[in-house]
Amino acid sequence: MTFDEGQGYVVLATIAVPLLAALVLVFTPGHQKMLVRYISAVTGAIVAGLSIYIFAAYQLDGSDAQMRLQWVWVENTAFLGKDGITLNLAVDGISALMALLTGVVAFAGALASWKLDFRNKDFYILYWTLLAGVYGTFFSYDLFFFFFFYELAVMPLYLLIGVWGSTRKEYGAAKLTLMLVGGSVLIWIGIFAVFHEANLGTFDMEQLWAAGRDGTLSPTFQKVFFPFMVVGCGVLAALWPFHTWSPDGHMAAPTAVSMVHAGVLMKLGAFGIIRLGIQMMPVGAEFWMPTLMVLGVIGAVYGATAALTQRDFKLISGYSSVSHMGYVLMGLATMNQIGVTGAVLQMYSHGVMTALVFLMIGALYDQAHTRDLKDFGGIAKVMPLWVIFYGIAGLANVGLPGFSGFTAEFHIFVGTFRSYPVFGALAIFAAALAAAYMLRMFAIVFFGPFNVRWSDLKDLTPLERLSGGMLIASIVIMGVWWAPFTDRVGQTVTLLPGVTG
Amino acid sequence: MRDYTIFIPEYIAAGSAVGIIGIELFWPKFRKDWLAYITAVAALGWFVAGLFFIGKDPNSFQGLIRSDDFTTYFRLLAAGIVIVVALMSATHMRTRTKTVAEYYGLLLVAGCGMVYMAAATELLTAYIALELLSFSLYILVGYLKRDNLSSEASLKYILLGAFSSAMFLYGMSLIYGVTGTTYYEGIAEGLAARGPGTDPAVIVGMMLILAGVGFKVSAAPFHMWAPDAYQGAPLPITAFLSTASKAAGFALILRLFTGALIVDAAEWRWAVAALAAVTMTLGNLVAIQQSNLKRLVAYSSIGQVGYMLITIAAIGYGDAKVGQDASSALLLHIAGYVIATLALFAALTAAYNRTGREDIAGLRGLAETQPFLALVITIALFSFAGLPPFAGFATKLFMFQGATTDELLWVVGLAVLNSFISLYYYLMIVRQMYLFDPIGDVGRWKVSPVLWCLAAVLMVGVLFIGVYPGPVFELTERAAQPLFDAAGLGGVQVQRP
Repeated sequence: MTFDEGQGYVVLATIAVPLLAALVLVFTPGHQKMLVRYISAVTGAIVAGLSIYIFAAYQLDGSDAQMRLQWVWVENTAFLGKDGITLNLAVDGISALMALLTGVVAFAGALASWKLDFRNKDFYILYWTLLAGVYGTFFSYDLFFFFFFYELAVMPLYLLIGVWGSTRKEYGAAKLTLMLVGGSVLIWIGIFAVFHEANLGTFDMEQLWAAGRDGTLSPTFQKVFFPFMVVGCGVLAALWPFHTWSPDGHMAAPTAVSMVHAGVLMKLGAFGIIRLGIQMMPVGAEFWMPTLMVLGVIGAVYGATAALTQRDFKLISGYSSVSHMGYVLMGLATMNQIGVTGAVLQMYSHGVMTALVFLMIGALYDQAHTRDLKDFGGIAKVMPLWVIFYGIAGLANVGLPGFSGFTAEFHIFVGTFRSYPVFGALAIFAAALAAAYMLRMFAIVFFGPFNVRWSDLKDLTPLERLSGGMLIASIVIMGVWWAPFTDRVGQTVTLLPGVTG
Repeated sequence: MRDYTIFIPEYIAAGSAVGIIGIELFWPKFRKDWLAYITAVAALGWFVAGLFFIGKDPNSFQGLIRSDDFTTYFRLLAAGIVIVVALMSATHMRTRTKTVAEYYGLLLVAGCGMVYMAAATELLTAYIALELLSFSLYILVGYLKRDNLSSEASLKYILLGAFSSAMFLYGMSLIYGVTGTTYYEGIAEGLAARGPGTDPAVIVGMMLILAGVGFKVSAAPFHMWAPDAYQGAPLPITAFLSTASKAAGFALILRLFTGALIVDAAEWRWAVAALAAVTMTLGNLVAIQQSNLKRLVAYSSIGQVGYMLITIAAIGYGDAKVGQDASSALLLHIAGYVIATLALFAALTAAYNRTGREDIAGLRGLAETQPFLALVITIALFSFAGLPPFAGFATKLFMFQGATTDELLWVVGLAVLNSFISLYYYLMIVRQMYLFDPIGDVGRWKVSPVLWCLAAVLMVGVLFIGVYPGPVFELTERAAQPLFDAAGLGGVQVQRP
């Protein structure tokens, strides 16, 4: 076993460990609630460790896909040719960063669900299945498995939200599931078309990417099917006007699911746009990117405006996510080095800070059982640590220097100004709106007149401090020392077809 | 050549059928559920005997019946289905009827009918096999004599079945009139020799045959019998209807259309594509409004038939390579569909034995009272909807992929869209089980060990095909091979359009 092959097994382990945990939990008695929690916490720690290892071990030597692992699955059967379907796992600069994000958020989410008492075994089974799907999507270099894991990640959401959710959970769960699967339908049709048009007899994505570059997928074909892939994935990335599931879904979801969903799952959508759109159909990307830019800007401004008027914590964060994913789409649409890099950084940055926001909302809601801003006031008096944590998340959200949001958004704005100056100005306007809705919320909740009704609120538990601390560390590290992040992402972004320097 | 050894597996099945009827005749006190287990053991023997035929050289019985890997595939499938359905019936039928020997006997006989629908290479043999299956099912559907719904279902099924048989026969006679033979290879030769140009008799004949088999697999607009028959039949027979009867229909279609009618594919392929589009859309849209589980499954299986018909259209549109790919993918999908359906019905039977309710609301809170059954039902439904990591995802993907030709891309797109629609009503069932509390104060209850094991084994099967379809796919490819072997048609090189 060579070193590279050995690392391939590390990549495989990120998928296998969560699945194994789910399997172990299936056979754990349901009333052993503490045992279930320990298993999940250990799994979370292992997964986070593996993710950090993958991120750190990714070589900055100019090569793209590393830590490769290939297991032939089906070949030379029916329409499948030599390479057929292969469990083809590898890491590039983008997925290395996404792995880090997933590891941190998954561990934090597992700890955040410690308090959960109602059928927590079933909850964690679905939770770890979902995360195996997320890792699988990030690492798959095979179209079949890419879609397989993508769907695997989306599927458990219905039950996770429907059973363990809160406000209007049935509506939120059904709306979210149907809209996301509706997006998958478009991707599925796109996959059939690509496989048929390329006619290589394989689902190997690298061969299909090559087909996209050398014209085997004809320009007309790419222009027709690029929207299928991008809208299909865009639903998950809250692409305006397909974002409407996001506020309802986030409002209904339980804390850990909100964290993982807003933190990681929405990134699968943007990641899919890179993998299936930019990499597979460069001509289509060139043709459609201005449209995506317009939709991204609308999403960014619209999300921020809508967040300004909401009274529910989770709705504010839901709309704020729409706004921030709008930035990601804008960054991708610039199609220049710095903009696309910024988009990937923003995927990470938004992931960790949104996870922190939802963690804090959960910490408050579990005690207060209301999320209406107007019910609160002067919380800083009783929950000082909570206020600090939430404040950091909020400031990162706004894009204050020193936090990850600044690094990411700065890249995006520079990239946008280079390609589309007008939209760059609009994006900065949206960032100003973000400051407005965040400060409005701080003013009402943190400070303001103290409501005695809340005098017996408790501050963060040790576990919440631990999981919040991890997320804050991730935010701050990227804010002050972004070289490891930009180097890894940049190395891959340079190699993307159609991205200018 | 008269080689009677190719019938050995069915000697076992049919002999056991007679034996089982004899047991109850001479020994009326014999325990009813033991008859079910005897049936299962007999079917197991049948299955094992079938295993010996894998990979054997193709053999023909006077050009009427072919024994090759394709036949073997459906033989194993039939035996497997009979095993599962017999085990499912044990408790269910014991409490609902006084005499059950004919029930199990007919189950075995129906299975034999299914095998010979797949094996027949001559129109009349195919017709007789089809009627063998149908007549067994007419009786089985109406087996609960005291239940009005069951009798009504049987009557409706008989009338519409007879109607469709008449159409099938009329179509056959027209084809016979044109080609002068009823052997598939002779028909292929006759149609090829006829030269170009459209012959109304051929077109009408083919359309009538298509309508006849369309009835059997319940393709819209010939599906009207299905919901009523499904609803009235005893639950295990509903399972049998939606698996064996459909699989057998497709076996007959595959053999007939690839062997005999492929020469004039241009005359029927558009009709099959249209039939597929109508069938899946209608099945899925009507399924949304159902409140009875059996009717819902009936419409959902109509939707599934629509997906499967796409591959038949693809055989007509594509060359031999496309045809072979599409057929092997269809066989794989049938395997996945059959296993998932049986898993669903095993779980539903267990729930029905306990609650006696067959409406969707009857499953309320099942996740609380019987989490295992809720899990099995959810997995089966998600498999139908085509979600990973369950069988339906991989098999549907392969099937649609195999059927994607330039002319059929629109039907494939429609099919994917339909899978999405179907997810809605599957979620409605999942919602009842997981999102609502059970009615009244009921605690956990236990499932009988037989049904538990059955459901567990089938669930593992659904997961296996979904996660690692490779080995099964290779088997089905071998099973589809003989259909496209030029030598298999008595050395006739069939001219493809």
